[in-house]
Amino acid sequence: MSANLFDKVWDMHKIGKLPSGRDQLFIGLHLVHEVTSPQAFAMLAERGLSVAFPDRSFATCDHIVPTDDQSRPFRDPQAEAMMAALEANAAASGIELFGLGSGRQGIVHVIGPELGLTQPGMTIACGDSHTSTHGAFGAIAFGIGTSQVRDVLATQTLAMDRPKVRRISVRGSLGKGVRAKDLILFILYRLGVEGGIGYAYEYAGGAVRSLGMEERMTLCNMSIEGGARAGYVSPDETTFEYMRGRPYAPAAADWGKALAFWRSIASAADASFDDEVELDAAQVEPMVTWGTNPGQGIGISERLPKLAQLPAERREGARAAYAHMGFSEDEPIAGKKINVAFIGSCTNGRISDLREAAAVAKGRKVASGVRALVVPGSMQVAAQAREEGLDKVFTEAGFEFRLAGCSMCLAMNPDKLEGSQLCASSSNRNFIGRQGSARGRTLLMSPAMVAAAAVSGEVVDARSF
Amino acid sequence: MANGDSLRALVSGRALPLREDDVDTDRIIPARYMKGVSFEGLGDYAFRDARFDESGKPKKHPFNESRFAGASILVVNRNFGCGSSREHAPQALARAGIAALVGESFAEIFAGNCVSLGLPAVKVSMEDARELQDLIEADPSLRVEIDLEARQVRAGGERFALSMPESHRKALVTGLWDSTAELLPGLDAARAMSAKLPYLNWARVGS
Repeated sequence: MSANLFDKVWDMHKIGKLPSGRDQLFIGLHLVHEVTSPQAFAMLAERGLSVAFPDRSFATCDHIVPTDDQSRPFRDPQAEAMMAALEANAAASGIELFGLGSGRQGIVHVIGPELGLTQPGMTIACGDSHTSTHGAFGAIAFGIGTSQVRDVLATQTLAMDRPKVRRISVRGSLGKGVRAKDLILFILYRLGVEGGIGYAYEYAGGAVRSLGMEERMTLCNMSIEGGARAGYVSPDETTFEYMRGRPYAPAAADWGKALAFWRSIASAADASFDDEVELDAAQVEPMVTWGTNPGQGIGISERLPKLAQLPAERREGARAAYAHMGFSEDEPIAGKKINVAFIGSCTNGRISDLREAAAVAKGRKVASGVRALVVPGSMQVAAQAREEGLDKVFTEAGFEFRLAGCSMCLAMNPDKLEGSQLCASSSNRNFIGRQGSARGRTLLMSPAMVAAAAVSGEVVDARSF
Repeated sequence: MANGDSLRALVSGRALPLREDDVDTDRIIPARYMKGVSFEGLGDYAFRDARFDESGKPKKHPFNESRFAGASILVVNRNFGCGSSREHAPQALARAGIAALVGESFAEIFAGNCVSLGLPAVKVSMEDARELQDLIEADPSLRVEIDLEARQVRAGGERFALSMPESHRKALVTGLWDSTAELLPGLDAARAMSAKLPYLNWARVGS
């Protein structure tokens, strides 16, 4: 038996044991955005501390930026103040900022990988729970709170307890038209939204190996929705090929050294784990959530669960979710009329997601009465989409094609649901109020499924397109 | 830096129950109240949308009930604080007067954020959480004690075994929960490590 990737990377970054018993862990890459950092910079200043490793933090703006008109000052003075604080803090600390107009701005979990900042074998932290995304590269990546952002700024380290590691092996291969988003929603349905507390997830098996890097990012992104603070895929040739030539990736002169290092930290075939789960990819069909947490999902061909058939401890939550959603047990999910379609977010705002959605939207029209948004995850994704003519495909179909940002995933910017609108969304959370209206309702699904719902006006199996 | 003010070995006070699983941090503090560069004033918006409808009319919620006014211990159920890593959530609770939480389980980032603020978040069994909620419901004046040394929650003559990550318990009991203070002595070791980590020493492709 040998050490798994998580343990190898952790040990390499462990500085020592702290008086509290936690490990002091060096953080190789710290990503910063405008919402969870200003208080941390203020706390640092209060203590007379400065940023210890400014060259290991990189900043961008995503949560509060408008995605229609990004001219300054923003119309929302609070958003403008947050943007200005980020710019001032980055400049004063010597932290590189991928700001508006740089061509490299975007959602922090989209730009890290596309710039080559995110690399195998790193420890990566960011004041955002979806930092687990970066685990797709075989990095230990996890979200932290603002006090911990202060810790990283002050010391480039964190006080952490080492989690256990659960390998989730998905055997077989995903069916045609079944995506990484469907797989992670299936995993959440099977393992629950708190089953991962205390664990990091290693995703493995044939179905995971055959995923491209962007799909692996979708998978790892939603680890946190299962309670696992980190999720990762051990790196392989797919990973290395993605890294090649990216601006912050190792240069040709050091490429050989990088490959050797990346191969050395991968989980070997005989790696040991604290827990093992096996799933069969053949059981996964396009998934849609029907409730108010991401574990409340079903396959597109299924009916909403009967309360009596749910485990006793799940019934009250399901009952409350049905009350909020206006749904009843035993109804089909297919055919639910939607008001809004949202394609974007750190889960599904990458170029492959846009291609997948555009393939459905091409030559069709958004159903009347449906508001449909496509929000690229970064300005580089937006530029690539324009180069491929995807923006035209979307706008001709009646979608709005926006600038980069978090947009309607979390409603910290002008893009919000209104009243009790029902939204087909490629984002990650269907929590009550998440999309900006306390009565708003969210159905999580893959980008292709959102596009299919947009042009049909209702939830439908995208495989029929 | 450990001093009397930072010790969290024993927290006591009246309590209020919030009976629901999977309460996420968007619920605890809706994102629109995070549009600020400080945590000030967040206490007013804790559970805002669960407490008030869109016209500002109060809904049925324990934070709205006068019998629980002034309670400082929040008793919750499973997977409390799931979702977004926003420290605004425990900040809002602390600023709304909550000094400690008791629950069946807590999401990991939320639990870590609580420690960062010196806020004990302790686990008890599902049965005990429900019994505690029933006790408080029956008598909102009941004094609840969270004793991290004895690893016990005490209320009305009942004793419930509590658990939490040992490092969290130790940090709170000794007053060493300020993680930056705990980490700063390791700064030189961090510099030494950065010189050794392979990926920090490669040339990069460049723009």
